[in-house]
Amino acid sequence: MSAQKSILYPLVAVLVLILIPVIGVKLGLSYFFAVVVPYAAFVIFFGGILCKIVNWARSPVPFRITTTCGQGKSFDWVKHNKFDNPFTNKQVFVRMVLEVLCFRSLFRNLKMELRDGPKLTYGSAKWLWLGALAFHWSFLIILLRHMRFFAQPVPGFVDMLQSVDGFFELGVPQLFLTDAVIVAALTYLFLRRVVVPQLRYISLPSDYFPLFLLFGLILSGIGMRYFFKVDIIKVKELAMSLVILKPTVPEGIGALFYVHLFMLCVLFAYFPFSKLTHMAGVFLSPTRNLANNSRYKRHVNPWDYPVKVHTYEEYEEEFREKMKEVGLPVEKE
Amino acid sequence: MADVPKPEELAKIDHTPPETPWMETPAVLKDGMWCYGAHPKNLEIVDMPNPREWSPRDEDWKLPDNWKEIVLDGMKDRLGKFRSFKLFMDICVRCGACADKCHYFIGSGDPKNMPVLRAELLRSVYRKNFTLGGKLFKKLAGGRDLTMDVFKEWWYYLFQCSECRRCSVFCPYGIDTAEITIIGRELINLLGCNIDWIQAPVANCYRTGNHLGIQPHAYVSMIEFFCDEIEDVTGVRVNPTFNRKGAEILFITPSGDVFADPGTYTAMGYLILFHYLESMGLDITWSTYASEGGNFGFFTSHEMAKRLNAKMYAEAERLGVKWILGGECGHMWRVVHQYMDTFNGPPDFLEEPVSPITGTKFEHAKSTKMVHICEFTADLIRHNKLKLDPSRNDNLVVTFHDSCNPARAMGFLEEPRYIIKNVCNNFYEMPSNTIREETFCCGSGAGLNAGENLELRMRGGFPRANAVKHVHEKHGVNMLACICAIDRAALPTLMEYWVPEVEVTGVHELVGNALILDGEKKRTTDLRGEPLPGMEDIEDEDL
Repeated sequence: MSAQKSILYPLVAVLVLILIPVIGVKLGLSYFFAVVVPYAAFVIFFGGILCKIVNWARSPVPFRITTTCGQGKSFDWVKHNKFDNPFTNKQVFVRMVLEVLCFRSLFRNLKMELRDGPKLTYGSAKWLWLGALAFHWSFLIILLRHMRFFAQPVPGFVDMLQSVDGFFELGVPQLFLTDAVIVAALTYLFLRRVVVPQLRYISLPSDYFPLFLLFGLILSGIGMRYFFKVDIIKVKELAMSLVILKPTVPEGIGALFYVHLFMLCVLFAYFPFSKLTHMAGVFLSPTRNLANNSRYKRHVNPWDYPVKVHTYEEYEEEFREKMKEVGLPVEKE
Repeated sequence: MADVPKPEELAKIDHTPPETPWMETPAVLKDGMWCYGAHPKNLEIVDMPNPREWSPRDEDWKLPDNWKEIVLDGMKDRLGKFRSFKLFMDICVRCGACADKCHYFIGSGDPKNMPVLRAELLRSVYRKNFTLGGKLFKKLAGGRDLTMDVFKEWWYYLFQCSECRRCSVFCPYGIDTAEITIIGRELINLLGCNIDWIQAPVANCYRTGNHLGIQPHAYVSMIEFFCDEIEDVTGVRVNPTFNRKGAEILFITPSGDVFADPGTYTAMGYLILFHYLESMGLDITWSTYASEGGNFGFFTSHEMAKRLNAKMYAEAERLGVKWILGGECGHMWRVVHQYMDTFNGPPDFLEEPVSPITGTKFEHAKSTKMVHICEFTADLIRHNKLKLDPSRNDNLVVTFHDSCNPARAMGFLEEPRYIIKNVCNNFYEMPSNTIREETFCCGSGAGLNAGENLELRMRGGFPRANAVKHVHEKHGVNMLACICAIDRAALPTLMEYWVPEVEVTGVHELVGNALILDGEKKRTTDLRGEPLPGMEDIEDEDL
């Protein structure tokens, strides 16, 4: 599929997805979009992720294939790089924390350049790391900020997050830092896919689709907060009613809210069937989550089976005379 | 076979991908970039499927009628057996961080050599056949049918990956292309489509105990020839033993070091070291049956790796040794460190390794019971057990090439450096992004060091060679040290092509040069028979 089509198809798909709730609500299907779809998305998301994890976990890890990124443990006098080359499970834990929270591996990123000479150079290239980190952390914080819609009273940490996020106190309503950051990060992640020729070449529709969905989700959210106000009280009423499993749909929440909610639902429902499962998969990656101690502690392969080998007896049988000629000891004279 | 273009030509690399999308660009076998197909007799020796005369160049690869079913069943089987495979098929986000980390991509510019795309070759088939999205949305979900063209594309590009794992260092999820290549090659081998450069060593190793097919009497006489050479240089006669029961330690090293320069000088280094330690209590034997440290089975399938690896423990048990010492080799050490105990252990008949000279317990190897010779030697130097004269390596300005597997599957970085710094006076590191865990492959690993794919090797080795060239120009480096037999076989050709002034050595060749033996004569040459600067005069005076 050409790059143009890989971008166009998911873009059209997301635009259609935006229209669906707009038309749906006009046709009086608010209950469907406010209740049925969110519940269904919720079930698909958690059920799907769970199935995915169980499915991965059902395949064993037959070998200890740690990728080591620093000095391994050997002698006392050799400095061991504990977190890039863990030897104990505690050290593995730290490695995983660094990986999941700080994107340790992506931090190593380099950019190769071929110059005249020929001369190859490898420059530091932290933009991808920064963009990815900015996106993921912003997303998490925004998600947590939304907890205020689902709990009464609003938990303290949510208030705290919100005040930190709104630290700059710019504008009315005050601008959340994360709103600006996530748009910037997402734009960067999108643009690099389109602009860098190699990335454009490897990108599939399934790489653009979640990006467009996220744009839809985030822009509709930002639209509601800063530009086209919706009735927040009613939104909270709906959210709380969903939480306590007694859904009631208040009249007159703006259509933009339904777009926002629907984007989220599609994202959630799409999640378990897509590359987005990297969120769960990263924890299971055998090159990262295993200690490099396979000579210290035996790793067992659960499906190990006996194989046909060429025994010493067979070997000696074939070469006995030649072995004797050069004085090699033999088992049978 | 096409000639390799001149370095200036080869270095004109365009990294821009073509206009046509990759799924619609079938692989065209370019001469110089691929290896000959497995000879039927080499498949038969180890009972592998579909032995027949064939050439990858032919339209018809003579596959069984149900080849597609065999491959897809094989894929299903492996998805169930390897979490790595299943996970790596699912979670790639195509962020592209791996793209310019692959030496084959850097050297060829072929987009299908970007690790992400190499994996996508398999992923596309996985998605189409094993995921809901792929079944429903096919191409839209990145799915692709398994066709003969696709299978040939797998073959072409899975034999343009040296399983070096550099990409996996940079991947945010640790996706390891080596794992994908290993399993992809397993699938290829279900149809008997291995390359002969791997299959022949496999067959040889199965029968004769080593990749090169050296029979026991020849193995012994080759090593005795080294003993003669050592005597010429040092005046001391070393006396190795073979297949000797009751020895304390079994020594296993890649057969490449017995076979060809410059590995042979590394083998001579081992022999000198063992002789030096003999009077201090070292009781060691070589084996003609377990005469291969390397494991080309590992480039074929997990099963074949296990079958060939079995000889190590089997021979250790038969000879009744206490533990095993292993020579300098890259993928050998990946197999020993990460697989052997799982494959063929537990080796209950062995004891936890202890250095008979220093008493050091090799605690970190207490289960597998095999120790790397660089660990062994570094420990000796640390305890001042070796009399060394590093000035005997003063004719050399040395840099160190981390071999992929010891670096990225063990973290074996300081031990060889410690040795080098103790046996040489002139040592310079290559740029930091080209060594240690970020080291570049020699370009010929994982069974790709054949003659017919020389262009691939020179392209893949370009990043390594370019870094060597940098220190050659900056510091006058003239010797590239390494701890891998494939490196020693492959790097001389690479150096000759890109940086002709630099030669290649194993670390223990440097040790052999520096080690002062009791009763040795004044050394006037190194182990290669090349005159030592400053020492020629002494010889003249004697005359």
